[in-house]
Amino acid sequence: MHNKIKVLLVGNPNVGKSALFNALTGKYVAVSNYPGTTVEFTQGEVQYKGNSIEIIDTPGMYSMLPISEEEKVARNLILQGNPDWIVNVVDAKNLERMLPLTFQLIETGIPVILVLNMMDEAKRMGLEIDCEKLSQILGLPVIKTVSIKKIGVKDILNLIINAPYTYKPNSIKYDNEIEQEIEKLINFIKGDYKISKRLLSILLLQKDEEISDLVKVNENEDIIDVANTSRRKLEEVFRVSLDYMIALKRQLVAGEIVQKIFKKVAKEKESKVVSFISAITIHRIWGYPILFLVLYFGLYKFVGQFGAGTLVDFIETNIFEEWLLSGLTNLIEEGIKNDNIKELLIRDYGVITLGLKYAIAIILPIVTTFFLFFSILEDSGYLPRLAFLLDRVFKKIGLTGKAVIPLVLGFGCDTMATMVTRTLNTKKERVIATILLSLAVPCSAQLGVMLAVLSTSSTLLAIWVFILVLIFFIVGYFSKYFIRGEKTIFFVEIPPVRIPKLSNIIIKTYTRLVWYFKEVLPLFIYASLLIWVGRITGIFDLLLKIIAYPLQFIGLPYESAKVFLFGFFRRDYGAAGLYDLHKQGVFNNNQLLILSVMLTLFLPCIAQFIMTVKERGLKMGISIALFVTVFSILTGYLLHLIINVFLGISL
Amino acid sequence: MTELIEKQEEILEQLWISKNEKNKNSVTYEVLGVSKHSEEISSLQKEGLINLDDEKVWLTEEGDRKGEKVVRRHRLAERLLVDVIDVSGKEIHDTACKLEHYLKEGIEDKVCTLLGHPKTCPHGNKIPPGACCNVDVKVGDKYVVPLSSLKFGQKGKIVFISGISDKNLQSLASMGILPGAKIVVKQTFPSYLFGIGNSEFAVDKTVADAVYVRIEKD
Ligand SMILES: Nc1nc2c(ncn2[C@@H]2O[C@H](COP(=O)(O)OP(=O)(O)OP(=O)(O)O)[C@@H](O)[C@H]2O)c(=O)[nH]1
Repeated sequence: MHNKIKVLLVGNPNVGKSALFNALTGKYVAVSNYPGTTVEFTQGEVQYKGNSIEIIDTPGMYSMLPISEEEKVARNLILQGNPDWIVNVVDAKNLERMLPLTFQLIETGIPVILVLNMMDEAKRMGLEIDCEKLSQILGLPVIKTVSIKKIGVKDILNLIINAPYTYKPNSIKYDNEIEQEIEKLINFIKGDYKISKRLLSILLLQKDEEISDLVKVNENEDIIDVANTSRRKLEEVFRVSLDYMIALKRQLVAGEIVQKIFKKVAKEKESKVVSFISAITIHRIWGYPILFLVLYFGLYKFVGQFGAGTLVDFIETNIFEEWLLSGLTNLIEEGIKNDNIKELLIRDYGVITLGLKYAIAIILPIVTTFFLFFSILEDSGYLPRLAFLLDRVFKKIGLTGKAVIPLVLGFGCDTMATMVTRTLNTKKERVIATILLSLAVPCSAQLGVMLAVLSTSSTLLAIWVFILVLIFFIVGYFSKYFIRGEKTIFFVEIPPVRIPKLSNIIIKTYTRLVWYFKEVLPLFIYASLLIWVGRITGIFDLLLKIIAYPLQFIGLPYESAKVFLFGFFRRDYGAAGLYDLHKQGVFNNNQLLILSVMLTLFLPCIAQFIMTVKERGLKMGISIALFVTVFSILTGYLLHLIINVFLGISL
Repeated sequence: MTELIEKQEEILEQLWISKNEKNKNSVTYEVLGVSKHSEEISSLQKEGLINLDDEKVWLTEEGDRKGEKVVRRHRLAERLLVDVIDVSGKEIHDTACKLEHYLKEGIEDKVCTLLGHPKTCPHGNKIPPGACCNVDVKVGDKYVVPLSSLKFGQKGKIVFISGISDKNLQSLASMGILPGAKIVVKQTFPSYLFGIGNSEFAVDKTVADAVYVRIEKD
């Protein structure tokens, strides 16, 4: 039995690494038609002809000089992960653009396999690639694949188990002046490293901090100075930044290589439907009505009305209440004598009656429909198009088009979305997006319940939407000025429109749901437990009184305190509480509106708070939470003044 | 280049602006900051570029033509400094004042072409058109302009990228947006969309302003 063989899948974003991972391991990771979905890495194992091979899917990276967080994750896997092989996945039809990364991977000194993926698309575009010649030029094994159809996948595995690696990869030669400095540094490095001294030297020249820290440990301290002097010298000679000089050289060589190995043959006709969709979704005029339609049908009709309405009704009344609940209640009522335990399980706030019911009957259908919707958006390639359409508007609130991804995802789950803000370019953008997610983007569970509660009056619904949109932009607008940071620019790759694969959508929705419920279901149960403890000890009532006190100044009845107390655990939990109370007819419309707005703005759920702290740090997390709370209360008060005192109307 | 000629050119420039943009045909010696008997005034008069009386000076027809050229060179120099060399602030004017005198005919039109026959200087003043500006419309010469000024369907090659941070430059480069790349413009609103090879990219105005392209006609 051999030792485990460790293989890293590395490549630019959106080239099909995850799809290849799935094909290799049979395990599922999110495959999506959006650059940068793999924020963390995924591990899997295959047994192949008696070998066990560990495969790691890394986040997309453009170069070994990392700029974004994802790139850092990917690079660390290469530098520290001790891989036996690097499988460099490229999009065959964009080979020229992707070869520079291949050159850098060659420089690591780790055995590299070049995988030309998406050969089906390349063929459709009329591109033929001379693999043998490419292999010769680069000195690498080259394999063609169509990973979504598992074509060529076995070849990779065969190559991996048939070690030793007999190839002699050809490193790129930079200009003489640069080579001299590289040579100088190589001679300076004495220690043993997992990657080649050549790449270490290049990265030192490029002033890479992590690498500097790494070599500082073992090397003569002078090495950093030497590298900096070299860099300065070179920049004086070339009059541009060295990084740029090097990037240019790599691209130049890539261009030359591609010239030699690409052959244009007749192009297959592009599907008319696909190219029409591709054009119209980003059209300067039609793009916007389509955006509206997508949101209207996707969010409002499908998630809101179908998910939160039809499905919730069905599951709640037909499955949960009639079937599950009545059976269980009877069983417990008869079987258990202790009143406290009954209370814990099946009374008003019981784990089953409240926790499970909210989670399964109300939240599950809503979140499922949302994730279905989102997965379709993602796989079709619509999200970056949305970014393109909205960049201008988003600039006004200190964000760029890229922020649509976390913000739209926020309508599904704010916690997940907060995690995804990592993909934004600057710290300023990340902070603004986090604030907006915490404050003005209701998650699908909450959204669904709010839609249900407010659907009794379309005026209420319209006012609620209006206020939230207004707050979103006002807060965004001011954050732009109050949160310091560099000016942000927008550039994003627009992937081709692809017809989403049903199986992929379903698996993806499923994985997201699993993630969601792992985070969320325990919170629902804990909340029920805490409330139960609170009730039998009397703390609950005390808290209710404390919260209810200030609420009366906003014209809200005593019962609304419950909503806030629940809302502390999760916003949607509070919303679900609101839903129940509303059905009992506790509120008039004015109160309902104020309460809905406040609750939507209110402190994010605990999970999101934790995520915010994790991503943005404790200080920022607490500041945002405080800001949101104060803002929500003030808005409630303001609305009360306007509606009840000033206008004196009842809606 | 003698100092005398530089001073003369500056006087012509001032007179031309006064006449053509401020509707004041003549300028006093006081405003010009020279005396009636100075060398530059007398040699300008000798060349038949200006007329004068005891208080003020005005351009002859020939002087007007020459003045226009000087203004054109000054404003082109400003454009060159701002767009290509990336100078800002007071430097623009001071350097342009020196540079304008070195842009002789021929070079001046080449600079104009390089800049894509700009209509205004960075301060928004009109740049008097030269011979090259009219030729171009007919012949369709190659020239370098920011990506943001290309139209739908236009093709070109990236010549240089300037005016954004090194870090952003680096990320653009790693995505394949760098000098030498052939681009084709696919959309200019609400942001800029262009193709390189078989990929498409969307960028905002800041980036589109920073990427300079030599337009290629096919
Ligand atoms: N036609 C075709 N499409 C493919 C192929 N491989 C992947 N795709 C599609 O390309 C898109 C991107 O695939 P992913 O596997 O998510 O790409 P990735 O490299 O993991 O992307 P990140 O995780 O964002 O870095 C998806 O829509 C896939 O369905 C292929 O061989 N042919």
